[in-house]
Amino acid sequence: MSAPPAAQTSRAPGAAFIFKKALISALVALVLFSLMIGVRTEAGPQGQLIYWTRFGDLAAMVATVFGGSIVFELLRQWWGPVGTIRVVPPAVQSTLSLAGRLIAPVLLVFTFLVPVIFYNERYILDLGILVLTYVMLGWGLNVVVGLAGLLDLGYVAFYAVGAYSYALLATNFGLSFWICLPLAGILAAFWGVLLGFPVLRLRGDYLAIVTLAFGEIIRLVLLNWQSVTGGPNGVTGIPRPTLFGIPLSAGDDGLAAILGIEYSPTHRIVFLFYIILALALLTNWVTIRLRRLPIGRAWEALREDEVACRALGINTTTTKLTAFATGAMFGGFAGAFFATRQGFISPESFTFHESALVLAIVVLGGMGSQLGVALAALAMIGGFELFRGLDQYRMLVFGMAMVLLMIWRPRGLIGHRAPTVFLKHNQAISSDLVKEGHG
Amino acid sequence: MSGDHILSVDRLSMRFGGIVAVNDLSFNAERRKITALIGPNGAGKTTVFNCITGFYKPTSGAMRLVHDDGHAIRLERLNDFRISKLARVARTFQNIRLFPGMTALENLMVAQHNALMRASGLTFLGLIGAPSWRNAEQAAIDLARTWLDRIGLLDRADEAAGNLPYGDQRRLEIARAMCTKPALLCLDEPAAGLNARESAALSELLLSIRTDHGTSILLIEHDMSVVMEISDHVVVMDHGVKIAEGTPQQIRDDPKVIAAYLGTDEEEAIAVMESGT
Repeated sequence: MSAPPAAQTSRAPGAAFIFKKALISALVALVLFSLMIGVRTEAGPQGQLIYWTRFGDLAAMVATVFGGSIVFELLRQWWGPVGTIRVVPPAVQSTLSLAGRLIAPVLLVFTFLVPVIFYNERYILDLGILVLTYVMLGWGLNVVVGLAGLLDLGYVAFYAVGAYSYALLATNFGLSFWICLPLAGILAAFWGVLLGFPVLRLRGDYLAIVTLAFGEIIRLVLLNWQSVTGGPNGVTGIPRPTLFGIPLSAGDDGLAAILGIEYSPTHRIVFLFYIILALALLTNWVTIRLRRLPIGRAWEALREDEVACRALGINTTTTKLTAFATGAMFGGFAGAFFATRQGFISPESFTFHESALVLAIVVLGGMGSQLGVALAALAMIGGFELFRGLDQYRMLVFGMAMVLLMIWRPRGLIGHRAPTVFLKHNQAISSDLVKEGHG
Repeated sequence: MSGDHILSVDRLSMRFGGIVAVNDLSFNAERRKITALIGPNGAGKTTVFNCITGFYKPTSGAMRLVHDDGHAIRLERLNDFRISKLARVARTFQNIRLFPGMTALENLMVAQHNALMRASGLTFLGLIGAPSWRNAEQAAIDLARTWLDRIGLLDRADEAAGNLPYGDQRRLEIARAMCTKPALLCLDEPAAGLNARESAALSELLLSIRTDHGTSILLIEHDMSVVMEISDHVVVMDHGVKIAEGTPQQIRDDPKVIAAYLGTDEEEAIAVMESGT
């Protein structure tokens, strides 16, 4: 760490400022904690309310905040402004950029090898499938939020449509997974267009509210339309996927028997792992291709400036609808996979929490960045599992990690934008210039 | 001379509630000529532009655009993006509206959206990388490269548009409009904020667009040196009505125009005019 420049210290706030700030922090802490810590209430043996005061704990807490605030300010002065690139020596920077280029292929190869390395660790395989499902969902939502700049808080609706499409088609009509998969995608895309029409005129907060409501409507319909969806009981006995019609079961017609190897339930898990990997990579490939096609550029142009798009003769209506439909289609694929993996689905799996999680992955990853979304999904889902040992502090640690990340990288892990076409050199565009969209 | 009009605006009116922004305005823009629309601030020039380019629906009046092949289009019946797509009217904005997070080249590629959309078979041919799509994409890049060269931005093609200096952004916006291959190019104050050297370069660019590409230009401008140098025909507006029309020389000597710009009140202006004739 190099010494902070002299100009910095001269502009540094004085002792009075630090003291004032600490005093304000302590006051806020006093107000906040006076009821939370200062008074403890409990139900007595006869059900009456008993309470006692803990002013000692409260005083300790407020003192900690006061001292902590002073220490924090002093540290900030010593540290200098956060986020200056000049601090990092060029050698480290070039190493970092090399690592940045290598991280995607290394991750891809590693993902391919996960079932080989962790063949005997069912937990890791299951976690891998979960992470890949969210990677796929994140990439799907990235088309809508990251590229087209339309804030969609009801993405889980398309996940649900895909899952229920497969579950109902398979259990009622006996259609196989591989036939239902495209159908689920098409149905979800159809619902995406249906949602798209009423929200075309909306922007920003209004768009977010309507999509949020749409997600809830789908869930409530699934919950209450008992005769078709089974209501809160969900759909059970959803068939597992087959390998060209060969089931991965222990029976005589199973894959293990045909290959003449000993049956193991892990075969199916590995099979599922590669299915979701293939689906996720398909999503990635299609999105990367679309970005370089006129439709993808129109999405990004729409995010940058809608009025200019109209002046250039771009039909903003169909452009928005295709973004909704494309994102929804990938959500539908992921939903069909979810149904076949679980074997059982119910409306409980499709709450707003899922939408929020997927959106958090997209925002955390850096809107529009494929690699960023994949890393964010790994961090969000995998990291959440990593902190499992911390019990009830898990949410706290996780929340703090996210706040810190947003302070240091406000535009997500990978905030810069890669151009879709270039003449001479492909240089990344700083996140300061890229718009976040109006909705 | 009077026969070949690319754009005929006939008794155009635009009201916003009780405010009359444009009142019964009629003028013509000649084919392959530069027509300037001038007037003091708040005269209603940009409102006229917004009506022509489909951003506003006029309260009354007709706007007729005749393409080179004689095909006539009623602009007041089209709206939104169709003006640019079907009538081939392109525009730039008073406050620059580029796509700041996209490169200069990408900006010019977005402008060719409709042509590229057809070439990519509504995305499906493009998704499988069909040769016809590849050729069309290369042609689009070549067109963009030509324009970047024309406006002197070939070296900065891969830089974000938002990072370019102001004058370059102005020229890039004109190039982007030209990439839609327009029949009529509407420029809203293209010289605003440019220094004298940049203004001169802009005049040269606009003259070459008119002469080399045969594109008709409709121009709003406050910079009189640009207007007087390049316009073939000038229409002067004040308070939503046309107060004068003619060649730059005629306009320069018109007392009503001088009065409008100097802010003289009406009687005085008439007095000035009468004494002049």
